[in-house]
Amino acid sequence: MGGRDMTAQAPLLRVSNLTKTFGGVTAVSNLDFELPEGKLLGVIGPNGSGKTTLVNLITGFTRPVAGRIEFRGRDVTGWPPHRVVGEGISRTFQMVRPFYQLPAYKNLIVPLYSPRVKKLTGGRYGDRSAVALDLLEEVGFERDAYVSYKKAGALPQGYLKRLELAKAMALRPDLIILDELFSGLSLAEVASIVPIIEKLKHQGKTIIMIEHRLKELFRIADGVLVLNYGRKIAEGLAAEVMKSPAVRDAYLGSEGD
Amino acid sequence: MKKRKERIDRGIKVRAQDIFALTSYREMLYLLVPGAIPVVGLLCFAPMLSNYWREVIISTAIYALLAISWDMLMCAGLLSLGQSLFFGIGSYLAGSLNHYLGLPPILTIPLATIGGGLICTLLLLPVLRLRGIYFAMVTLVLPLMLSRLVEATRILGGTEGLTGLTPFPNQLTAVFLIQIVLLVTLFGFRRIKGSDYGLVITGISDNDRSVMSAGINIQWYKAQVVFLGASVGSFAGAFGTHMDMFAGMPGFALDYSIMPVAAAVVGGVGTFFGPLIGAFILVPLSEALRALGALRIVFYGLFLVIFVVGIPEGIFPYIQRKYQQVERWVDVT
Repeated sequence: MGGRDMTAQAPLLRVSNLTKTFGGVTAVSNLDFELPEGKLLGVIGPNGSGKTTLVNLITGFTRPVAGRIEFRGRDVTGWPPHRVVGEGISRTFQMVRPFYQLPAYKNLIVPLYSPRVKKLTGGRYGDRSAVALDLLEEVGFERDAYVSYKKAGALPQGYLKRLELAKAMALRPDLIILDELFSGLSLAEVASIVPIIEKLKHQGKTIIMIEHRLKELFRIADGVLVLNYGRKIAEGLAAEVMKSPAVRDAYLGSEGD
Repeated sequence: MKKRKERIDRGIKVRAQDIFALTSYREMLYLLVPGAIPVVGLLCFAPMLSNYWREVIISTAIYALLAISWDMLMCAGLLSLGQSLFFGIGSYLAGSLNHYLGLPPILTIPLATIGGGLICTLLLLPVLRLRGIYFAMVTLVLPLMLSRLVEATRILGGTEGLTGLTPFPNQLTAVFLIQIVLLVTLFGFRRIKGSDYGLVITGISDNDRSVMSAGINIQWYKAQVVFLGASVGSFAGAFGTHMDMFAGMPGFALDYSIMPVAAAVVGGVGTFFGPLIGAFILVPLSEALRALGALRIVFYGLFLVIFVVGIPEGIFPYIQRKYQQVERWVDVT
């Protein structure tokens, strides 16, 4: 019983001393942060500040030069992506590249084929198409309009982003990393996705959001991490972080107020 | 007035979807006839042919198997220029089992099929990470290396090869054996590609990062695809060996690498029917042109260019489109 208390207190994700260099460029340097279960962390920073590299490091798409990533107390540093997913971390990509020639719901067949899903459903996948259609309805594909049956290539960007979110949700992750989910979307489209993320939060999912759309992010984020040149320059509540002079200087520049 | 071509699915195609096909014989025939053509064509006409053309059919079927195997690898984004690797390994494996251990073809062929698949998969395992032209280069070099290895070390009969192997009891048995295997491979691979497993495989070639982030070990799936393709290629090799009663360095010849690619490109990549059609056009064509002597290659090349330029999508996708859709010109306003 004591052990269970310990895991409840320990953070879901702990990143310590994480460093990644590409040739002479340091993309992420000596980064430390902790993420408790059920929280939504926003990661912000100017272009090229190492946000996407951080996602790639956590999800195993690149290996760090130094440092350690622990998920549920397990060292997952340098694991290949499919093993990281198996532990319960899933991600979306900033550049959505669905299988354009397939109907939208068929795009979800691949994540639903994952060994993780098989494990969680007790060895049986069930009817993947039915599960896929339910998932798409959850992210706002109107069933009455048969949007899920349209070819992914024929869908507007807003639906493609939601399809990307559904792909990540299909893996039933504990931690979802959303890499600039709102980029390239209209205000109305963003407004329709925010409730989906809030719902995920209520379901107890832990979420990391890389975002440039600060207004929408701050409304749902529990905490914010600010990166600049791969370094953490601030961390804490959104309102406090934005008051920090270092952040204003680096991120907002003259547009600060 | 500008016009553009509009393509609409035929009514019968839509009516024959899903369970609704069972409502009438016409819809059922619409679905069944395309599949029945290769089955009837292969199994019924081969016995009527002369001995010479049966030989041609056998060698066509060998190339067709290699082409379908190539297409399977292509589904996972693996561009192979070394189908002769599969052919050669299968050929030497069946040859040695027959020559050194005295096993009959009924055992050597299945063993060489599975064993060849395993050996080729192990050989290609280190380079499965490579994509596109890099993978292609390695597959091109491997059979050349192996044939020089046989020549230099004089193992497995060296340059003379293994001769006097057990032949098939008669020509008709051989024809039926390879045609049945060809049909099973064709429909089996099409079924695999149409399944959820097939979606994962084609997903790897479309966008491997997306498949990786779905928690799927793409190297393991690529290895499975190589095993499937290599087994089929090795079967072709083992079969060819018992047909010619000989296993040797020609098994690694460039012919077995280039012809399948040409057949698949002419017939339509990614359809499995396409490579079959391609092989059944190109190989008999090459035989028919034999009378032209030295000019044979010129005309053969000309035909290839005409096909590729005339129907760049491939013969099978072209026929399939005509079968499923109507085309008409509409005004653009």
